[in-house]
Amino acid sequence: MPDQINTVQEIEDVESFRLRAREWLAGNMPRLAPGDPGTLEGGITDDRWPRARELQRLLWEGGFAGICYPREYGGLGLPIEYQRAFNEECAGYEMPLVLNTPTFSICAPVVLDMGNEEQKLQHLPAVIRGDEVMVQFLSEPRGGSDLAGLTTRATRDGDVFILNGAKIWSSGAYAADWALCLARTDWEAPKHRGLTMFLLKVHQPGVEIKRIKQVDGNNEFCQEFFDDVVVPMANVVGEVNGGWAVASRQLFHERNAVGGGSPYVSGGGGPPRRAPRTGTLVDMARATGQADDPRVRELVAEAHTIARVQRQLISRVSDGMRTGQLPPPAANIMRLFGGESVSRQAEIGVEIMGPNVAASDDPQMVGYGTSYLMRQGGSLGGGSTEMARNAISERVLGMPREYAADRDVPFSQVRQGR
Amino acid sequence: MDFDLTADQKLFRSTTREFLEKEMPLTRVRELGERGVGFEPDWWRRGSELGWNSLVADASAGGDSISGEGLVDACIVAEEMGRLVSPGPLAGTNVVLAALSEAANADAHAEVIGALMAGEATASWAVYEPQQGFAPLEPGVRAEPDGSGYVLSGGKDRVDSGDQADFFLVTAAGPDGVVQLLVPAAASGVTVTPEPSLDLVRRYARVDLDGVRVPADGVVVPADSAAAAISRQVQVAVALQSAETVGALGRVFEFTVQWAFDRYSFGRPLASYQALKHRFADMKTWLEACTATASGAAHAASAQAPDADELASVAKSYLGARATDIIQDCVQMHGGIGVTWEHDIHLYLRRATVNRVMFGTPSEHRRRLADILGVRQGEQ
Repeated sequence: MPDQINTVQEIEDVESFRLRAREWLAGNMPRLAPGDPGTLEGGITDDRWPRARELQRLLWEGGFAGICYPREYGGLGLPIEYQRAFNEECAGYEMPLVLNTPTFSICAPVVLDMGNEEQKLQHLPAVIRGDEVMVQFLSEPRGGSDLAGLTTRATRDGDVFILNGAKIWSSGAYAADWALCLARTDWEAPKHRGLTMFLLKVHQPGVEIKRIKQVDGNNEFCQEFFDDVVVPMANVVGEVNGGWAVASRQLFHERNAVGGGSPYVSGGGGPPRRAPRTGTLVDMARATGQADDPRVRELVAEAHTIARVQRQLISRVSDGMRTGQLPPPAANIMRLFGGESVSRQAEIGVEIMGPNVAASDDPQMVGYGTSYLMRQGGSLGGGSTEMARNAISERVLGMPREYAADRDVPFSQVRQGR
Repeated sequence: MDFDLTADQKLFRSTTREFLEKEMPLTRVRELGERGVGFEPDWWRRGSELGWNSLVADASAGGDSISGEGLVDACIVAEEMGRLVSPGPLAGTNVVLAALSEAANADAHAEVIGALMAGEATASWAVYEPQQGFAPLEPGVRAEPDGSGYVLSGGKDRVDSGDQADFFLVTAAGPDGVVQLLVPAAASGVTVTPEPSLDLVRRYARVDLDGVRVPADGVVVPADSAAAAISRQVQVAVALQSAETVGALGRVFEFTVQWAFDRYSFGRPLASYQALKHRFADMKTWLEACTATASGAAHAASAQAPDADELASVAKSYLGARATDIIQDCVQMHGGIGVTWEHDIHLYLRRATVNRVMFGTPSEHRRRLADILGVRQGEQ
């Protein structure tokens, strides 16, 4: 990162930062091909990952990487307004969007919030340079919503832990370097109190990665199997058996990222959308000769309204959490709205395109049919909307917690399904 | 409405809230409704002394905001009025104040502007016509040239506080296009007939104009600038209306959550049932979304931002219907008591329903938004 940033930052306001970014982008970043929206819609291909590392390196060399990360760990230490300005300037350029979630918006923030100094210095500058990609090893095949009931085992052996078990729904694991992996280290403690978070090297002996093909053909999600994987003591994030505190922070960042409120998302675009955008719907309405149909016009406006309200809601809830007027679980409000929005917008897409989503000369139309099949992904990935509703009612509105048969019971005595 | 109100805005909010709670509690609102009275002029004048009507008018005409965003400040009043379903022509008076103070001949209206700001007079935005939807740019009222002024004939209806307003801003079709004229209620040829109205205290009237002469000074918006001026009025009207709805909604949600904690069935509070908790989570999410979009519309309109028209229609198309959905859900949470005259929730449902359909229904605003987005072929 050039030294000039250190001096420029003292005096630079958002608008001059924006202008400097605009000029730098024009001179240094590759432009998107005409017609390429530059989003992650339509799925991620394997070649995106090495390319993203190159692009991130370019941003870092130009002094526009890690805008909201502290300067001591390789970032610029600027407030979110600078990131937003930068994101607005990025339109039309090829950006390393696959690094946003989970690396920049979930994993690295957890290292920043909960890691020790050595861990921060080892991982954060590498992430910001594009040298390190991270992944979450949280969910397990035995059940998604009951995260703290996980059964991957980490057994202490001198100054290492030996890891055995399996994880699932880790997005992009095959292309990642490091994982945040939550495992059980005490089976006699109640479930939340026997967990430990590890920084785990993804590609090492004993780790087997399988890719999962989804309904839309995307195979970004992975499943991992651990067979006597060795993890050094130094890779524990937070305290041994204190992993739930780290995981809670991770879930907060995940809700924020999935809901669209993360300050660490760079270059625009959050997670891949499963619903058509306003511009696409306008094009589709015209292509199908329905641009003057009041019903279709209202549907386009409704989809656009949802998108604008979502942005306004993200801004409001983020402000509320930043100023302490909403508790951190309020991130679930963005998450729930996001999931429901995708459902309605995908529905509107099908209503407008009609039979074209089933068969059409235009592959894009059928493509929206395929994304419609994945509609519920928006209400599942990043934690189900049912869990979000629990969290909003219990931890934002203060309503009584759901009954849990495993509360305060040693985990070894908790009944497990088959 | 916003999380980041300034100290002055917070003070203004608490002064307004105290005044309303003391002077116009729900018992008083019901009493006025039973007497068939909209608002009491003396009460309106005293509220105006707190600054209610001095915020939106242009500074050149004596307006004075609290935060630099006068319309956002006025939305604080609207939100507080929503919390207590207060009477009073806040939206109408301020839409007319904005129009008069931003008019090319604002000086000619100085006296009326002063009276409206002081609360000594009220005004109403007469844009609806009998049996017509919200189409302010297609008036049926005719404005025939008469010397340097006009003669008006036709009828407006659904005019807010029409039987109490002192002035009407009348949209009419002139030979060169749509014009807007300021008509005193006392002018010869004006007949006002109250209309049965859904809200107990927000009462509407039909205003018939039979050869009403308006002098040149009464022209607020000439034919060449009606479209822009009316768009601006829609922004102000929708911002104030949306803030009021959000205030009503917030209060209903508060007392419904409290009810869920206090009411026990089968030995446990309603708030402990997951089926109900999930509905409250949805309502909380929608409430925050309604608040966010009302705030977005207010800030954009206040700054006269390029997307102010768009955000007005976004707000209306979203919260117009969502707010009544939430309140109906809250009625359901209350059980049978929720559909009684005795329970206050119907006062809120009345106001939110009126706000849903006035100044454009959500459906009308979606069609307007489609036009703004240029959906029709060749509109790009």
